[in-house]
Amino acid sequence: MLKIGSLSFQSRLLLGTGKYPSFEIQKEAVEVSEAEILTFAVRRMNIFESSQQNFLEQLDTNKYTLLPNTAGAKTAAEAVRIAKLAKASGLCDMIKVEVIGCDKTLLPDPIETLKATQELVKEGFIVLPYTSDDVVLARKLQEAGCHAVMPGASPIGSGQGIINPVNLNFIIEQAVVPVIVDAGIGSPGDAALAMELGADGVLLNTAVSAAKDPVKMAKAMKLAIEAGRLGYEAGRIEKKRYATASSPKEGMSIG
Amino acid sequence: MKVLLNGELVQLPEQVLFVSDVLKHYEIHDKVVVVEVNGEILTKLEHQSTRLADKDKIEIVHFVGGG
Repeated sequence: MLKIGSLSFQSRLLLGTGKYPSFEIQKEAVEVSEAEILTFAVRRMNIFESSQQNFLEQLDTNKYTLLPNTAGAKTAAEAVRIAKLAKASGLCDMIKVEVIGCDKTLLPDPIETLKATQELVKEGFIVLPYTSDDVVLARKLQEAGCHAVMPGASPIGSGQGIINPVNLNFIIEQAVVPVIVDAGIGSPGDAALAMELGADGVLLNTAVSAAKDPVKMAKAMKLAIEAGRLGYEAGRIEKKRYATASSPKEGMSIG
Repeated sequence: MKVLLNGELVQLPEQVLFVSDVLKHYEIHDKVVVVEVNGEILTKLEHQSTRLADKDKIEIVHFVGGG
């Protein structure tokens, strides 16, 4: 069970809703992923062409928890405004704080992310900041009262997987709120590793939406996250330098 | 009246007076939208009670796909 603030979820996979080849494929991918939390972005509506389809309209919003992001914000003030716009929809109290500090790497601005988190916690939001793998910042976000920390595995959409498992481990060790690995996941193996390291959940988008078969990949991610979590709970064996036989040495009928 | 609607200067028909009228005029009253007038974010209930004035700055946003 994944607990974020006052909310509980069966699934530990949080799924992004951007860049799918079609709404039909997206719907099916969301379905098989069994994700309960879906992320969205907040944007100006093209009101002069209102006939455009929107994925949210095709979704049973009672079945899912919406996690809007503040993507597009470059300052804490902008992030807070987007969060308030999202909340005014009446559909959600959760917010993914995303304040980008570098257009090329899409890495978050640590100072503005912390400021936005402090402000939104005060405003009563359930706050999930997207952060880098900075251990101290993750701790400060916790101290600011965030409800989950979301360190990136590697740059957004890069599919490089977990490039700093050491830091991720430190973040998990010190965590008093759920740690959700967000961004950079490329394969089911990456997602499983995040869970094996002790992450409480994984948020991904491109790894599914841009896969050759997004529906199949959604299923693969679901299974990988479940497998990784089970492996973590089961407790893996220590790594040893030399072999240890699995079969008994006694009672051999040879020699 | 003329208003700045999502960054575009727009002449609204005479009968459009309230925020809820704007949503009906653009046929988006059934959709999930959030409206901000001159920097003030409105609740759904306030759509019907917020009267617009000339040169108001209106932003209408919604949820789109994102990660």
